[in-house]
Amino acid sequence: MLELAIKGGKKYYGWMTFLLVIIGVGFLLYMRQLDFGLGITGLSRDTSWGFYIANFTFLVGVAAGGVMVVLPHYLHDYKAFGRVTILGEFLAIASVIMCITFILVDLGQPMRIFNVFIYFSPRSVLFWDTLVLNGYLFLNIIIGWNVLEAERNQVHYQPWLKPLIYLSIPWAVSIHTVTAYLYCGLPGRGFWMTAILAPRFLASAFAAGPALLILCCLIIRRVSSFDPGREQIQALAKIVAYAICINVFFFLCEVFVAFYSQIPEHMDHIKYLFIGLHGHGAYVPWMWTSMALMLIGIILTVNPITRQNEGVLAVACVVIFLGTWIDKGLGMIAGGFTPTPLHEVNEYIPSVPEILIALGVWAMGLLILTALFKIAVGVKEELHE
Amino acid sequence: MDSSRRRVLQLLGLSSLALAARPVLNAFAKEAGPAEAPEPVTKPNAKALTAKQWAMVIDTRQFESVDDVEPLVEACDSIHNVPHLNNKNHEIKWIWETHYHNAFPGKAARFVSEEVEHRPFIVLCNHCENPPCVRACPTKATWKRESDGIVLMDFHRCIGCRFCMAACPFGARSFNYRNPRPFIREVNKKFPTRMKGVVEKCNFCVERLAVGQLPACVEVSEGKLAFGDLYDPNSEVRELIRTHYTIRRKQTLGTEPSVYYIV
Repeated sequence: MLELAIKGGKKYYGWMTFLLVIIGVGFLLYMRQLDFGLGITGLSRDTSWGFYIANFTFLVGVAAGGVMVVLPHYLHDYKAFGRVTILGEFLAIASVIMCITFILVDLGQPMRIFNVFIYFSPRSVLFWDTLVLNGYLFLNIIIGWNVLEAERNQVHYQPWLKPLIYLSIPWAVSIHTVTAYLYCGLPGRGFWMTAILAPRFLASAFAAGPALLILCCLIIRRVSSFDPGREQIQALAKIVAYAICINVFFFLCEVFVAFYSQIPEHMDHIKYLFIGLHGHGAYVPWMWTSMALMLIGIILTVNPITRQNEGVLAVACVVIFLGTWIDKGLGMIAGGFTPTPLHEVNEYIPSVPEILIALGVWAMGLLILTALFKIAVGVKEELHE
Repeated sequence: MDSSRRRVLQLLGLSSLALAARPVLNAFAKEAGPAEAPEPVTKPNAKALTAKQWAMVIDTRQFESVDDVEPLVEACDSIHNVPHLNNKNHEIKWIWETHYHNAFPGKAARFVSEEVEHRPFIVLCNHCENPPCVRACPTKATWKRESDGIVLMDFHRCIGCRFCMAACPFGARSFNYRNPRPFIREVNKKFPTRMKGVVEKCNFCVERLAVGQLPACVEVSEGKLAFGDLYDPNSEVRELIRTHYTIRRKQTLGTEPSVYYIV
């Protein structure tokens, strides 16, 4: 089926070339980072994780979000989603590859990565995260590829795939749960030390992932003769609506606990993000924008009139994607490190090379996603001709 | 003809790949600054000091100004090849001085004695009995030595993921954001220098204990710092703990720090 990825028009190749250029810029800067060290980023002794790990965290969510089309289709036999499950699985593949790349670019000594397997340490959550992420990647490659190939040959997929498909559903939940456990089990980091962190991560994942999927469906309908379907898009939109509401609800629960208890260790991080602390407040406008975007997203997706208008829905999805990205991809990590355990405020601002390297990773993910979707859509087009 | 042309093309493709890979490999291999092999690290000799759990008692009452702290930091930095970087983000700190309310956030009352407020507080790795950094490390590059409870680091195994830094509630760990070697004032060849991309921290002078010497900071402190076995009821630290009221940093977190403060 791979040949379908290289049969494209001018626009397709133009888009891929554009992505390659961004990847190239990111790659060159990464060479610089390898040479100099992580000092070319804005990271510090106090904020030792930043933009890379934040994007990693967000993308684990997007990857897990793919399960929102797999679950209704295979567990509830919701037939309409049969048309789009492959898109969910391929989105998961591209996202997990981005996640793994973000982890790699964040390492100080990436060539020693195999130490994780040589000296395997089951007490480290990072060890488990490596396992579940790679496992989820392989599950989706095996399932997605074989089911699509069976569809192309107009036969039922192999029976041995069924248990793998069922396994992939709790596995999707596991990747984001384990990722949350990276943070919420650390003593002395009040912002993350909350049992609701994993559920909150999942809620934002099930909003951001399907929102991106809706946008992809709308684009696919435009650029190909395959229509993912109005019913499918509307069903996804309802999932997004519920998930974004739950996400904001969970966040408000956090705010209540921190501010009613008045425990400084828990309040100060939220204060830093939303009103600034000791005169530092670089994230304040971003966090309020994020809140506003998520609120607009709720209004547009919960209200049936706006949800059913696909133009408005597209706007809502962009708004929700950006809102959850700021929340998780910007505030979640920096906010957890500021103030420091010694209660100092040393503000973290990502550097330009750091942002460009991250953009390069995103472009690489988009390139993989485009190629995979091209294959999926190619198969669907063949069948409908 | 056809097969030989294919072969040439294959070779061309492979060699261009190899060319593209060169800068990557170079970047891995390159390391500026002196990196000569240090003299062999000292092995424990007959005089080696031993304990079940090494602990430190800091008598903060004896520290009046930064001048009392400086010699300790200086002794540590010079022995352990701790670099002095100008960029605050890239700082490497093993032992340093801070305020009471930073060393003990949450313990500092709104109104405290002026003397305590202005007293310099020394902070360093607590060599916790239940260290969260050790739990977090995915490669066992940091571990708690069973023989004497020191939390150690293997600079050659560390992958630089910095999970330990997030896990440490005392900010005791530093990361080499760049090659530290050019920033070492005078290299002590008896102790390894580090490379970019790895984490480091205080090691309770494990290399000195091995040859019967007390940690450098304790030695130059002129009695302001005491060092000994926490589980030996007759040790100097236990004697001090028995006769003075001591506090530890963030005791509520359950990490069981081995550094005690007399306030």
